[in-house]
Amino acid sequence: MAEYTLKVRRYQPESGEAAYWEEFNVELDPSLSVLDGLLQAKDRDDGSLSVRCSCRAAICGSCGMKINGQSGLGCKTQIGEAQELAEKKASVSPNANGETPTIVVEPMGNMPVIKDLITDMESTHWTKIRRVTPWLLPHGEPPEREYVVEPESMIDITQSMACIQCGACVSSCLSMEADPDFIGPAALAKAYRFVGDPRDAETKERLHDLANDPHGIYDCTHCFSCIDACPKGVAPMDQIMRLRRKAGEEGIEDVNNGDNHVHAFVNMIEKKGTNDEALLIQETYAPGVKGKLKPTKAAIKGLVESLPTVLRAIKTGKARSLPKLIPGVHPKLPDGAQDEVKAIYQHAEEHREEFNIYITGEEDVEPEPDEPTDATLTAEAASAAESEES
Amino acid sequence: MLGARQYPTAPSDFGAIESAPVPTHDVLVIGAGLAGQRAALAAAEEGVSVGIVSKVHPVRSHSNAAQGGINAALNPGDSWESHAFDTIKGSDYLSDQDAVEIMCREAPEEILHLEHLGVTFHRNEEGKLGTRAFGGASAARTYYVADITGQAIMHVLYEQLMKHADSVARYEEWFSTALALDEQGECCGVVTRNIADGSMELFRAKSVILACGGNGQVWKPTTNALICTGDGIAMAYRVGAKLMDMEMIQYHPTTLAGKGFLITEGARGEGAHLLNAKGERFMERYAPNKMELASRDVVSRAEQTEINEGRGFPDGTVALDITVVPKKRVHEALREIVLVGKDFAGVDITREPIHIKPGNHYTMGGIKTDVDGRTDIPGLYSAGETACVSVHGGNRLGANSLLDTLIFGRRSGADAAARAKRTEGSRPSKAVLEAEQATIDAISAREKGSGRRVSEIKFDLGTAMDAKVAVFRDEAGIQEALETVRRLKVEAETAYIDDKGSIFNQDILGAIELGYMLDNAECTCVAALERKESRGAQYRTDFPERNDEEWLKHIDLQLNDDGPEISYSEVTITQWEPQERTY
Repeated sequence: MAEYTLKVRRYQPESGEAAYWEEFNVELDPSLSVLDGLLQAKDRDDGSLSVRCSCRAAICGSCGMKINGQSGLGCKTQIGEAQELAEKKASVSPNANGETPTIVVEPMGNMPVIKDLITDMESTHWTKIRRVTPWLLPHGEPPEREYVVEPESMIDITQSMACIQCGACVSSCLSMEADPDFIGPAALAKAYRFVGDPRDAETKERLHDLANDPHGIYDCTHCFSCIDACPKGVAPMDQIMRLRRKAGEEGIEDVNNGDNHVHAFVNMIEKKGTNDEALLIQETYAPGVKGKLKPTKAAIKGLVESLPTVLRAIKTGKARSLPKLIPGVHPKLPDGAQDEVKAIYQHAEEHREEFNIYITGEEDVEPEPDEPTDATLTAEAASAAESEES
Repeated sequence: MLGARQYPTAPSDFGAIESAPVPTHDVLVIGAGLAGQRAALAAAEEGVSVGIVSKVHPVRSHSNAAQGGINAALNPGDSWESHAFDTIKGSDYLSDQDAVEIMCREAPEEILHLEHLGVTFHRNEEGKLGTRAFGGASAARTYYVADITGQAIMHVLYEQLMKHADSVARYEEWFSTALALDEQGECCGVVTRNIADGSMELFRAKSVILACGGNGQVWKPTTNALICTGDGIAMAYRVGAKLMDMEMIQYHPTTLAGKGFLITEGARGEGAHLLNAKGERFMERYAPNKMELASRDVVSRAEQTEINEGRGFPDGTVALDITVVPKKRVHEALREIVLVGKDFAGVDITREPIHIKPGNHYTMGGIKTDVDGRTDIPGLYSAGETACVSVHGGNRLGANSLLDTLIFGRRSGADAAARAKRTEGSRPSKAVLEAEQATIDAISAREKGSGRRVSEIKFDLGTAMDAKVAVFRDEAGIQEALETVRRLKVEAETAYIDDKGSIFNQDILGAIELGYMLDNAECTCVAALERKESRGAQYRTDFPERNDEEWLKHIDLQLNDDGPEISYSEVTITQWEPQERTY
């Protein structure tokens, strides 16, 4: 047993007063959850303290909230750990009054608050979910038995099926803060569940739909907040990136040119084993332009528009300065490092597996017998270098 | 292009009552877990107007928690008869065999239907549906989605509800407080409270389906969610519907001590062992053939015996050893359990055994229905854990609960729609709405300190039930629990709440739920006291043998002035005569 103080952002809509902070003192085992703490306060002190909750086991998705500023589930955040985090935060930026740090609990972000920790998910989260046509659209009549599909495909989309619609990712989404119309991490992860499902017959239409929407898949800024927030390992951003990759494969033009950028980078690693910054920008906007006389207007526009970024990068030391920045002129890295990188690339290509926790298990899983070790990688690098020499 | 193919849009033209319009549907479903959602979709398919009311958003429903899978004899080498026999033997011969036959015959088709709707069932190497082993089953016939089967199916059904939004109206976060009967005693509506603004509404319907889940919150701890407060069972009981098998409460063999979280039977299905504190695989002594995969009542009793006789750990548990299952398989098929172990017990189950004990899990009994979900009250249906068909009898087999919700959800929905088509529909009296409003006003009016807090009464109730009406029971203990329940009922009449507002007043809902829980508890105690034998989940230390001669029958309960009145009904036996039950 230990004592904790929960500092709760409260809002009582019928009081006519603005939102306010209230502290509740609770006493419970550190291994119990922040939700357990809130329920103790509700049971003992104030029954009007309102929070949606049901399963207490991170499966129903009711208790999305912000704890010490971090979006997640109240039931899945141990109160002892929340206290440690609060103390750590306080040590970085000490409270002016020298008060002991408290666990700060707030309603989720990017949603209107109804009462205390209860938010209006219908007008935000669920409206966005419905935006992605969230049901299977198979072609024709179903077969007599089950659809026969690759076993991996079902495991693959099970990662997005693991979503419990708690809204933590939506709450944490920085893109949505800037653009409230962004379809958002939860709904796009849900979209991947259909795009990745071999039984769905509308893959193309779905991808065009999500790519052409200005608030669609290219609105994500890759900030990883949703991955941090998700209590179920759905990794919504990864699902968005898969959608982008599939869109690229479908020949859909990425308005932000991100897809070309990825291809340019990948090609360069494959061929050179290192990043050639100067070439990267050119290859992103005008792939293969060297030797061609007329790059497209769009490419020239893109290249010109990139100039300020390039200059800033040089100024801050993020890119090498002239004359090393002449496209195509790239110094060799020492000790055959580039060959090693190329070998790693080759290995990754040959063992192409989506990073999916359902397939590979978590990071601590011991390698399968055929998985590479450092030794085999080195050997492969050596043989790759040899073949290049010959 | 992406538009939904809709069911024919249904007319809901049987109109407003008196001057004020009320929400009106041919079929109204209360509860939006698997049974409720399946019922709503089945009714909508018949072209009638359907409403579905739930006190939480549908995807928050407790069907989520069903981890392991769903049974069906779908493999060519398997047969529905084998599935039926396992179910009946598992039930300790208290299930009605006609109902079990229907469930097991229709199971394969239902699995395929779900697969066609988009459930991401696990595939074997050929890309066809793959299975895992489960307790009490003579074949590996459990279909699954990792260990989130209930969640995966429920979210797919909710996708279908969104798709068919034109034909199924959703009332999400509406709390039902009472059923309305007409002068002929037929069910014709439901009183609900819109949680968002506190307004009370009388819904009108030709058929009402109660699919509100079980009553696990009556016990503490329990694997059940906080919403599982026996609402449907209590509402039906209060208007005179018969309840059946209320003494049959399942204790699941593998729950986390203290917190009550569930560790799926799938873990044992994948090969995990149960060990006592001496490291012995004790199931050898209790079920030498099936070992850890004997029926749940058998395994729970074995564990409790080990604990009671001093061979458990000091925290009153035994150990579940999942480290014997290959790690890759654990991550692929038991991922949720890896997370539960890590987040809620601080144990890496791939590296060390986890401490578990039997814990309250499932309500086998419930509202007595026939195989089409019909209760004793015309127009009132029930399905899923709220109902008692009875397919589970004295003990439910793992992975049969999802099946029960879907098969009898669908059948109830279809029959409720058929009834709606052939009946006129009557007008519910506003009196029931006024009475409910008065009850709520009275609770709100109680002053702080005038009685006990609702939460205190709930705690006392849960503790008493878990102590006396659990794995092992005897007359004195059950009697003591019953007296406690009756005292708490009196205390509940003066229990006060803090929140006097209208918007999201969870306090008032908690007070109403307490009333539901107390009715459920009283019925369970009365039935458990009455059944003077040991069968399935009811193990009486004072009557340790099964007694087919006197007790191969259901205990039915019906409300009279003093509480539940006992009567009996026959157990339907088709082709499986009761035998001695060993695993």
